[in-house]
Amino acid sequence: MSSILFLIPFLAAIAIIFGSPARLTARVAGVSTLVIGLYAAFTWQCDCWSSSISVLRTPSLDLAFGFLNGTSSIMVALSVIVLAAAVLSGKAPEGREKLYYASSLLIAAGAIGAFISTNLFFFYAFHELALIPTFLMIGLLGRGSRKEIAWKITVYLGVGSLILLAGLVWLARECGTFNMIEMLKQTQEIDHTTQKSIAALLIIGFGTLVSLFPFHSWAAPAYASAPAPTAMLHAGVLKKFGLYGLLQLAVPLVPVGMNAWLTPLLVLLLGNILWVGFVTINQKRIDGMLGHSSVMHMGYIFLAIAALIASKHAGVENPYAIPAASVLMFAHGISIAMLFGLADRIERCTGTLDLADLGGLAKPAPRLAFLFGIAGMASLGLPGLANFSGEVMVFLSGFFGRSAGGALEPVQIATILSLWGVVMSAVYVLRVFRKTFQGPTVNSTVNATDIPLLEQLPALLLAAALLVVGLYPNILVNLLH
Amino acid sequence: MPAYYLEALTVTLGILLLVAEAFVPSKSKTWIGLAGIVGLLLILALTFRAIGPDNTSEGKAWAKYALWDIYKFDAAARFYKIIALVTAVFVLILAVDYRSILAKFSGDKGSEEGTGEYYSLIIIATAAMMWMASAKNLAFLFVSLELLTVTFYILVAFMKRNVGSLEAGVKYLILGALSTGFLVYGIAWIYGATGSLDLAQITLAAGDEGTPGTPLLFGVALVMIALGFKVGAAPMHFWIPDVYQGAPTPTTAFLSIGSKAAGFMALISFLAPFSHCPYAGKIFSALVILACLTLIIGNFGAIPQNNFKRLLAYSSIANAGFILLAIAANRSGEDGLSSAKIVGFYLASYLIMTMAAFFILNIIRVQSGSDNIDALDGLAKRNPILAVAATVIMASLAGVPLTVGFLGKFFVFQAAMASQMWIPVIIAAIAAAAGFYYYFKVLRAIWWNAPNHKDSVPFDTTSIFSFALTVLTIAILVFGVWQQPLMNLLKGL
Repeated sequence: MSSILFLIPFLAAIAIIFGSPARLTARVAGVSTLVIGLYAAFTWQCDCWSSSISVLRTPSLDLAFGFLNGTSSIMVALSVIVLAAAVLSGKAPEGREKLYYASSLLIAAGAIGAFISTNLFFFYAFHELALIPTFLMIGLLGRGSRKEIAWKITVYLGVGSLILLAGLVWLARECGTFNMIEMLKQTQEIDHTTQKSIAALLIIGFGTLVSLFPFHSWAAPAYASAPAPTAMLHAGVLKKFGLYGLLQLAVPLVPVGMNAWLTPLLVLLLGNILWVGFVTINQKRIDGMLGHSSVMHMGYIFLAIAALIASKHAGVENPYAIPAASVLMFAHGISIAMLFGLADRIERCTGTLDLADLGGLAKPAPRLAFLFGIAGMASLGLPGLANFSGEVMVFLSGFFGRSAGGALEPVQIATILSLWGVVMSAVYVLRVFRKTFQGPTVNSTVNATDIPLLEQLPALLLAAALLVVGLYPNILVNLLH
Repeated sequence: MPAYYLEALTVTLGILLLVAEAFVPSKSKTWIGLAGIVGLLLILALTFRAIGPDNTSEGKAWAKYALWDIYKFDAAARFYKIIALVTAVFVLILAVDYRSILAKFSGDKGSEEGTGEYYSLIIIATAAMMWMASAKNLAFLFVSLELLTVTFYILVAFMKRNVGSLEAGVKYLILGALSTGFLVYGIAWIYGATGSLDLAQITLAAGDEGTPGTPLLFGVALVMIALGFKVGAAPMHFWIPDVYQGAPTPTTAFLSIGSKAAGFMALISFLAPFSHCPYAGKIFSALVILACLTLIIGNFGAIPQNNFKRLLAYSSIANAGFILLAIAANRSGEDGLSSAKIVGFYLASYLIMTMAAFFILNIIRVQSGSDNIDALDGLAKRNPILAVAATVIMASLAGVPLTVGFLGKFFVFQAAMASQMWIPVIIAAIAAAAGFYYYFKVLRAIWWNAPNHKDSVPFDTTSIFSFALTVLTIAILVFGVWQQPLMNLLKGL
């Protein structure tokens, strides 16, 4: 039954291509997917959500949908919320509504399809499906030197996907099945040298898709250039595919291999947090800052995965790592989508995203400032908002199992270093907020209009999600049990 | 119905249309093409009813004919006959659409005088491919391959007032003759070494200790070179871009799909006797080298192309590389996927998507007068539905998941990995990545470039043409998700 979550946006996109009114169709599809998706996410344990159709007997291939575990349901909840917000916010350029809404729906359909696939083949395939409209949207409707940027991400993500495919096919060969549920049930351990090679392919493949340092340089320009709904859906939802894959497949199936690469992984994720953190501070435009910050925050989720790998290797159950990664993926997805949506609004009402040309926007547009403030605070990890619960659990998971007085493990050193990332987030978020909304009004902002009620809706939806999860993170954590 | 009726019917259809064409004066010769399409569709339906000599036909007179010593009808033969017929039907549709250009360069102004034979020749070439699919004797294989090649000499040079077409014709003639030479000479050496032309006898002889190894291997190498010419394997590929570019587009489509499928079928049935003989290691490692070279040259050669037809020519070399890799993997099918099955699946998917790409090429050639990729500039604005179809087709050629093209490549990779050919796998992965680059170049022109002001025709499509293109595009998507129907056709391979 969960196939319906994929089918609604997918069929709506096709309907739009063949002439159905674009905006209305997209919004109806977005809202209905939101309702059904949330219901499905909170009742994921029910057998009624899983279904499977055989598409090929030898080698056995099924088009199978369902929830692998609670993490899948959290990702579905994230996808449907961001999808609804994306189709409700933003404004399609004149004459391009069809492309704009159909692409948004297709990206979301691909992401949802990947998160509810229980067959490895379609898990991979749906993610690829979502990439094509992303390229099209950036290449056609993006800002700045959009063609070069679209070409760059095509090459980066294309190559990353191929490496990933190699790893996944190899993994499937070792497990002897494409069925992810059966793969996870397997008790026989894969040979250790093989594990190491598979893990390397998966880390590079999934890592490129999640912008793991040093394969991250496609991400920030792409998000800065992408139209609002594309940035929201890609940075918020689709990018999590890589982390989701590492968490669901790489860690349980090739734990020894992952552990072999633990130290390099820790160095790379510190590259995400510290290196990209510094780069983010230096950004001169809001879109550039958001793009880089989204790269930087991936580091924390990698840290949770690293902690999980380390405790698995030590033979202990880390109770924080999976909830930390899942909640932070959700929180980051919501907050970055909200920021990209509002940045689009800032650009439409002031005509610029350059920090040097902005200032005092809070006076003409107090509601916009308030909403942007909430999203910004969430992103820097203010207690009470969702990101805080995620980040705290990440740090707890990093230190889990440490006895007082013992030597620091690599994961713990990385955790201590990455704490500085929180400071950096505070610096760049507050700096952007101050330069945009505070101080005297300038030319571009003096005549700006505030965000109209209808456009507040998506931001309010996202803010509500941030608050609910921030105040009561168990609403998500309970889904994991 | 005995299977050999199929070819007899096809040839009869071709000759009847040729005769009718000569005796019925008509300004428009379109009906010959349409009649050919209908006739081939009927024969296609009969293919599913045809049987060879098996238990059910015991006692029937025809089951005892000596013909069955050289002619077989098994799952593979049926499948490749279907491929040949389906290809020919689509090529005839293309030819009907292309007739204005064909007429312009082959007859007088305003008449379609010279176009009638074109349709009949396509049908006769189809019969040749169907015979090849049933060959179990090297002499029979050679004769049917020659019928195919000679027909193609005419089809390539058909536009007699177009220098490009003539040049292509001469090139194809010279290189075709060269490859024929290799083939005959190779067959002679094999006959000398094994004492038989019958593939079953050769299988026995190849496994025999007493067979002289060097002459046999020499003969096999020569035949492989000759068939390499036909399928476009590097380094025997160099005729492909020029001939494909110069030939009339329907001929190019037929060459690149039908003739290639027939060539691969011949290669598979020729190599089958040697797959487990003592020389298998040598023969198949030569094939691996061939596959790697073809992958590299096809894919990297395609990158700088800006003529769409030439791009498709290199794409056909690149795809030949993947197919060769599947053959070189030499899987006998204990895991459900034999090399022959993978090649069959790949060729079926290649038929669907390459044919669709030729439909797009045909329409831009006919309506904008150019084969270049920039003739597609701004297609998204000029004809959005055609642009969506082109996107699906190019994505499938590049191997994007959920399209049939991905599955073909996927199976090839799986087979190569199962045979632990790691270096070829890495080369194939790089080749596939390069594929993304050049196929997406076409998409870039369609979606990102502004329409070219001087020839921004909106591209009207005729109804039969849009019907065929729609069928192909939907097939790409449906078979991309639901592969069982295609696999059912391949049962027993």
